[in-house]
Amino acid sequence: MKPRVLTGIHFMNGDVACAEGAVAAGCRFFGGYPITPATEVAEHVSVRLPHVGGTFIQMEDEIAAITSILGAAWTGAKVMTATSGPGFSLMMETVGLAVITETPCVIVNVQRAGPSTGLPTMGAQGDMMQAKWGSHGDYEIIAVAPSSPQEMFDLTVAAFNLSEKYRVPVFVMSDEIVGHISEKVRIPEASEIKTVERVRPAGRKSDYKPYRPGANGVPPMPAIGDGFNVHVTGLTHDEKGYPVMSVDTQKEMQERLLAKIRDNIDDIVIVEEHLMEDADIVVVSYGVAARTGYAAVDEARRLGFKAGLLRLVTVWPFPEGKIRELASRVRGFVTVELNMGQVGREVQRCAGNVPAYGVGHAGGAIIPPDDVIQLLKEAFR
Amino acid sequence: MKKPSPAPGPHPLEDLVRMDRIPHIWCPGCGTGSVFASCLAAIKQTGIPYNRFAMVSGIGCSGRGAGYINIDSFHTTHGRAIPFATGIKMARPDLNVVVFSGDGDLTAIGGNHLIHAARRNMDLTVVCINNLTYGMTGGQVAATTPHRARSSTTASGNSESPFNLPLLAYASGATYVARWTMLHARDLADAIAEAIAHRGFAFVEVLSPCPVNYGRRNKEKSLATLRKYQEKGIIKNGAHPAETDIDLERGIVLGKFVHVDKPTCDETYRRMYLAGDEPGKGLKAG
Repeated sequence: MKPRVLTGIHFMNGDVACAEGAVAAGCRFFGGYPITPATEVAEHVSVRLPHVGGTFIQMEDEIAAITSILGAAWTGAKVMTATSGPGFSLMMETVGLAVITETPCVIVNVQRAGPSTGLPTMGAQGDMMQAKWGSHGDYEIIAVAPSSPQEMFDLTVAAFNLSEKYRVPVFVMSDEIVGHISEKVRIPEASEIKTVERVRPAGRKSDYKPYRPGANGVPPMPAIGDGFNVHVTGLTHDEKGYPVMSVDTQKEMQERLLAKIRDNIDDIVIVEEHLMEDADIVVVSYGVAARTGYAAVDEARRLGFKAGLLRLVTVWPFPEGKIRELASRVRGFVTVELNMGQVGREVQRCAGNVPAYGVGHAGGAIIPPDDVIQLLKEAFR
Repeated sequence: MKKPSPAPGPHPLEDLVRMDRIPHIWCPGCGTGSVFASCLAAIKQTGIPYNRFAMVSGIGCSGRGAGYINIDSFHTTHGRAIPFATGIKMARPDLNVVVFSGDGDLTAIGGNHLIHAARRNMDLTVVCINNLTYGMTGGQVAATTPHRARSSTTASGNSESPFNLPLLAYASGATYVARWTMLHARDLADAIAEAIAHRGFAFVEVLSPCPVNYGRRNKEKSLATLRKYQEKGIIKNGAHPAETDIDLERGIVLGKFVHVDKPTCDETYRRMYLAGDEPGKGLKAG
């Protein structure tokens, strides 16, 4: 039997690091379904959760997997599921249920190339827009993009913390390459790992309203059996949680659900900068593609370009302010991503009149840094 | 002079109802309210504190049940009440989880979840209201609509054949299977109470009229449906589920068909994975 936190230096793959991050963050329920290249997350969690008194269940499909974790979340547990493209598509309706009922959960997508069955064993970042828009209706979620096994650990912990704090589904948007490469992973002492627990309601039960927001726009969340007799519905609801089919209730509920993320964007969004101090060309990248981004920027500097890397650790909500601010002082943007152009369009939207290019790939292999250099030569020389 | 009748006291089930949400949405002549009342009576009858229960519903007319019961209750997505309930049960095995939903929700779009929860012997109580149609969307053909019956999508009659739900539940591994009608309020309440007390997957089918969207198209008034339940209902406890096809002319077999003891999913998981001094012993981390 192993402890909650496997403190030490390890050589592990990204999927396993993700599973360890979950256990360290306090995950105690995982509903899964096998799918390449995310299966190792479920396999490892199935072994580790019993060590800490948690529960693993392999459900009959991905719809059941994500739905089971929402049920478990209402018992007070921190919960997670992991999947890849086809399973991610099946989960989309329930993502909306998690959003509207404000159920904290972490959803890992170890992306593979699509559409459909695509390249099951080969990486891509083609589900980035699906993470943002895949369920119906307007909504805000949070998505982080790990670039290494180390970040599979770190950002899974961060995903749980954000999910508990904002009562929102948080996506760990990994990919087959980051999921399957093995690298050094340093797992800190348990005391060094910051974990966040959801706020539980206090005060008189008779005055309690399940969706009355707290200071940061997020309502405290009780667990089943606490005696608050909550009603939780996917229908548009008022502060009591009761369905109300009216334009005003829809507006009030939706505005708060969007605002709790948009108004806290500075607390949520993390970006990392490399050689950005004097850069006039910004390479924007995230996840596995950022590994290309680092190499390309270093090479570009050798060739005389004043290039810098802006790595989006958080992709959703999109760091609009950062891009707009950079747009006022740089020559251009190049978004490097392992798809045919998704997040690059967001960069374009925020860049205004500043040229914003994209370097992509249909998926299945890492993007060669030379592709970026080629574009820099064509566009900026 | 006639003596004034005493002021009526509170309804005996009022403590279990969100009275601020009444009136409910169910149509005149619909049986769902009666089934709901039997379900509440059953919960009360068990004597288990209300905060040891959770109710989960899917989508549809009966799916609104979770919105009226005054306990922790969940109105989820279409077809997914059972996996939601599974998550609750596996994370908190001490809770009694009641799934209250309809035939379209549980057996068509949610059919895969139904058979797998039964296979696992997941300790849930599933109350499945069977009104032979999709009521909320206006009376389309369902997986339970009798052959030749008319619906808004089968104007010349249903060319398909319906499920026999007790047989489906039994064949999938359910350890408690019963069928009643909304007319058999007392028997139904007793059955649901027994299903809650039963450790394992319990499936209670309840026939209930949908006069507006099924009866109207099939020239059957609500009262006529109830008369059929009374006249054609054959109580046959212990009947083999294979003999319980619904035949509205020859007879509808009612009663308790299956009640066997078998370790539940959460018990077995706990015993194999979490029990003893060293939980997870013998399991290797990959």
